[in-house]
Amino acid sequence: MQVLVNGETKTFNEPLSVTDLLDLLAIDEGFVAVALNGDFVPRSTYESTTVNEGDAVECVAPRQGG
Amino acid sequence: MPWNAWHLARVDEMKRWNLGTLELRSRLLLGTAQYPSPDILQRAIRASGTDMVTISLRRHTPGDRAGADFWNLVKETGVHILPNTAGCHSAKEAITTALMAREIFATTRIKLEVIGDDYTLQPDPAGLLEAARELIRQEFEVLPYTTEDLVLAGHLVDAGCGVVMPWAAPIGSGQGLRNPAGLEALRERLPDTTLIVDAGLGRPSDAARVMEMGFDGVLLNSAVALADDPARMADAFRQAVEAGHAGVEAGFMQPRDMASPSTPTVGTPFWHEA
Repeated sequence: MQVLVNGETKTFNEPLSVTDLLDLLAIDEGFVAVALNGDFVPRSTYESTTVNEGDAVECVAPRQGG
Repeated sequence: MPWNAWHLARVDEMKRWNLGTLELRSRLLLGTAQYPSPDILQRAIRASGTDMVTISLRRHTPGDRAGADFWNLVKETGVHILPNTAGCHSAKEAITTALMAREIFATTRIKLEVIGDDYTLQPDPAGLLEAARELIRQEFEVLPYTTEDLVLAGHLVDAGCGVVMPWAAPIGSGQGLRNPAGLEALRERLPDTTLIVDAGLGRPSDAARVMEMGFDGVLLNSAVALADDPARMADAFRQAVEAGHAGVEAGFMQPRDMASPSTPTVGTPFWHEA
């Protein structure tokens, strides 16, 4: 299935949790925060949150800002 | 205690102030973007004397260490973090970004930006108020970036914002105070609200001027980051903010229409009746 991650289309196998997605992309959980289809996903729910075909995932980290 | 040490301890004590629930000493808040190098950013933070810097959240690129290095460098300075929602164009985006920031930075404080116009980066008043209300409901301490609009600022205060941050000019423009009368009116009409001038300042004198108007603090980024020598400019702004604030506390003299000799006239040599 295809999932939009930070604006880029990526292909994954189902089923996929947020934990699986971060693992597959080699992203350190402790360093990022995640939104799924515009809604915040708390870290404590990564395991139980399912990512579906066509979903949009935002995965953000600290950056310079004003 | 020698007089000088007593004086310095007293000045240090007098510097304490509250930004929301937090006690700070410096009244200068500094942005962390656009510096020529991480090392210069770190030196600017130190030279500014700031207790709080702003940070954003951006899309994470796997394998990119620059973000992690930046974050570690800021943590090393030991200052408080004020995450922002820069670039958000709707209340929804800003709320989600604030929730993500709360998790990453373990702070309920958020500099709330909801942009309404890409050309001027002017805030969207309706979106800003909507996001502020929802975030306060979710127990955030919201520091909204807004214009000098008095009525909007009043709504933000009514919504529960203890701190309001009006612009002086569009973000990154360095134009200084575009509407000094508007800022003065805001200060006068909201005497109990902590007001930080955020955005648009270009020179240290701009910062001194808003502090002289009675604003509680200043938030800067481009004016320092884009200077030829950012650390030196950070120090200049530190002095300007301190000078302006000390001036207010000291109390200004009343201007007079005519000259008035400061040297006593009694006993002037060669004096004779005209």
